[in-house]
Amino acid sequence: MSATATEPNPKVSAKLRRGRPELYTDYAADMAMLNTPGKRLWTGLLILGLLIAPFYLDRSWTSLFITVFVFAIGAIGLNLVSGYAGQVSLGHAFFIGLGAFTGTYFGGTDPNFLGLGLDMAIWLPMAGIIPAIVGWAVAPLASRVRGLYLAIVTLGLLFVGGHFFNEFRSLTGGPNLGRTAAPPVLFGVDFSAAGPLLGIEMTARQRTYFLTLVLLIVAAVIARNLTRSKVGRAFAAVRDRDIAAEVMGVPLARTKQTAFAISSFYAGICGGLISLTSGGRLDPINFAGAEGLFLSVTFLAMVLIGGPATISGSLMGAVFVVFLPRFVEAFAHYVPLIGATGLVTVPQLENILFGVFIVAFLILEPRGLFGLWLRVRNYWKAYPFSY
Amino acid sequence: MAMIRPLSEALTGTTIDAERSGPVLEVNNLELRFGGTRAVDGVSFEVERSELFAIIGPNGAGKTSIFNCLSGVYRPQRGTLHFLGTDLLGLRPDDIAGRGIARMFQNIELFDNLTVLDNLMLGRHLHIDYGTYAALLYRGRAKREELANRRIVEDIIDFLEIEAFRKFPVGMLPYGVKKRVELGRAMAMEPKLMLLDEPVAGMNVEETEDMARFILDIRAELDMTMIMVEHDMGLVMDLADRILAVDFGRPLALGTPREVQSDPAVIKAYLGESDEGPTLEEAAAEAGRDT
Repeated sequence: MSATATEPNPKVSAKLRRGRPELYTDYAADMAMLNTPGKRLWTGLLILGLLIAPFYLDRSWTSLFITVFVFAIGAIGLNLVSGYAGQVSLGHAFFIGLGAFTGTYFGGTDPNFLGLGLDMAIWLPMAGIIPAIVGWAVAPLASRVRGLYLAIVTLGLLFVGGHFFNEFRSLTGGPNLGRTAAPPVLFGVDFSAAGPLLGIEMTARQRTYFLTLVLLIVAAVIARNLTRSKVGRAFAAVRDRDIAAEVMGVPLARTKQTAFAISSFYAGICGGLISLTSGGRLDPINFAGAEGLFLSVTFLAMVLIGGPATISGSLMGAVFVVFLPRFVEAFAHYVPLIGATGLVTVPQLENILFGVFIVAFLILEPRGLFGLWLRVRNYWKAYPFSY
Repeated sequence: MAMIRPLSEALTGTTIDAERSGPVLEVNNLELRFGGTRAVDGVSFEVERSELFAIIGPNGAGKTSIFNCLSGVYRPQRGTLHFLGTDLLGLRPDDIAGRGIARMFQNIELFDNLTVLDNLMLGRHLHIDYGTYAALLYRGRAKREELANRRIVEDIIDFLEIEAFRKFPVGMLPYGVKKRVELGRAMAMEPKLMLLDEPVAGMNVEETEDMARFILDIRAELDMTMIMVEHDMGLVMDLADRILAVDFGRPLALGTPREVQSDPAVIKAYLGESDEGPTLEEAAAEAGRDT
């Protein structure tokens, strides 16, 4: 480490750097988001792969990826408040539902229900902003308690909110009935219909795929910026040692409030997009009561399995949780005693495995899939030596 | 090559306005109760500019409670606390930190999952000047501020000789290094007053000497005012300018190391005394006869 922001060194020549790609010659390079050639290469390959994938995948796989992208936005949001700031929230499904119905209020075109019919450029941001405001408003209640008590308080929020969704029929359509969601028409381009995008003819699914992919990348980059900034450090400080954080000058209540607001914003965006994964319909029952709790737990599972306090872990967790049922379905036929005539049915097995994976990760690898990746990386870093 | 700045250039906020006269910290008749227990009971003292003021006393004497009152973690029931003329009573810990009081904890209170760098950057929290919205983009001002503060943190890393641990999560580090990181985090806050709660507790002789050297260097380079709670009497007697001895929350003695060392009340608190039974010497003699 030598050069500094105020007295920049002349760049060390490529010749000297040869063979030492991780030799940093200034702090900015060390602090960059993708600060190693490995990270740059793999991120580039991943994005490239995701860009060409929908042209080779069939419809159901494309849909699955859309679900991954939408859920990953929500998982990042939950990871910010629970993984980084350490405030375990079971109310995430409430904020997702709030985002879904806020978006539908501003963008809905169904004449039987409330809806302003605005463009997605307006309704999607609103789907994030309104939950963020609500998150900001309820955070002072939630930040007075911690741990298990906080989980119960947020659970209460989920049930109160669920009742509100179920009863506000003129907006939500009522439980088990639902309504059509706001159409994804961004700047006049309808992403739920086939047509050209950037000069390439695409199906509706492919267009939705690219829309959600771009939104996820933006959401992930912003979250990553946040977590490497003073705000993200303050979150982690509050999680690890709240009293020490306060003595360092981190305002406790304010920091928790910020975490809740930003997390709720992400949940709201996820909610605004969630109808894209369910055929353009929204049913309040999915965000209320037991169903809502299951949705919240699903997001917690993404955070825990993927890796708490890592953005890339949230992405891995979303992939894992969304793909798990598909793999269980595909392989269930090869395992005895599973199926309609066996001991457990395929959906039951899915739920069992879901639980098993949460427990297994909590006990064996609390750092989640990200932790597994770290092990692999460190193994190959030192290969062929063990350390 | 690395331009190593003297600490006084990196941490410019530590100097107390030269115009100011009077003590840095005035504590008057401080009283802190937990139910019926008086943890701190009528403690008064003043700390002068550039002084190293030590507080000693047996376990449970209320030393750390005094620190907790100073840093706003506990709110005392009675008494006054003035730091550079401002009343500290009723302020939140983060407000007090903003006024220039930094603290090193007795039982290491580092952020275990964060790296040494991030822990020290958290010490800089109040000096890193950008808002949440700027953080979302991490460009322009946010990036400049992060870089400038990273540089200050690197100066502290240099000073404490913990370069090798820069990127390690603090939870993985050995005890002595953790203590050093905690000292660094307090330094990073660029305080006008440092509270050191048992900086050498549980350390071996070598680590203790290192810590003593760091404390002396900080005093020499930054002209820092410090209050230290410590059980290592050798260190206290060597470093402190003045000492306050407390027991059961009450002040026993206040004065130079020499005065406090020979104060009968202090000796009594540490070694005990007997009113009815034999004295220590008599007891020893008694024990010797039996064998």
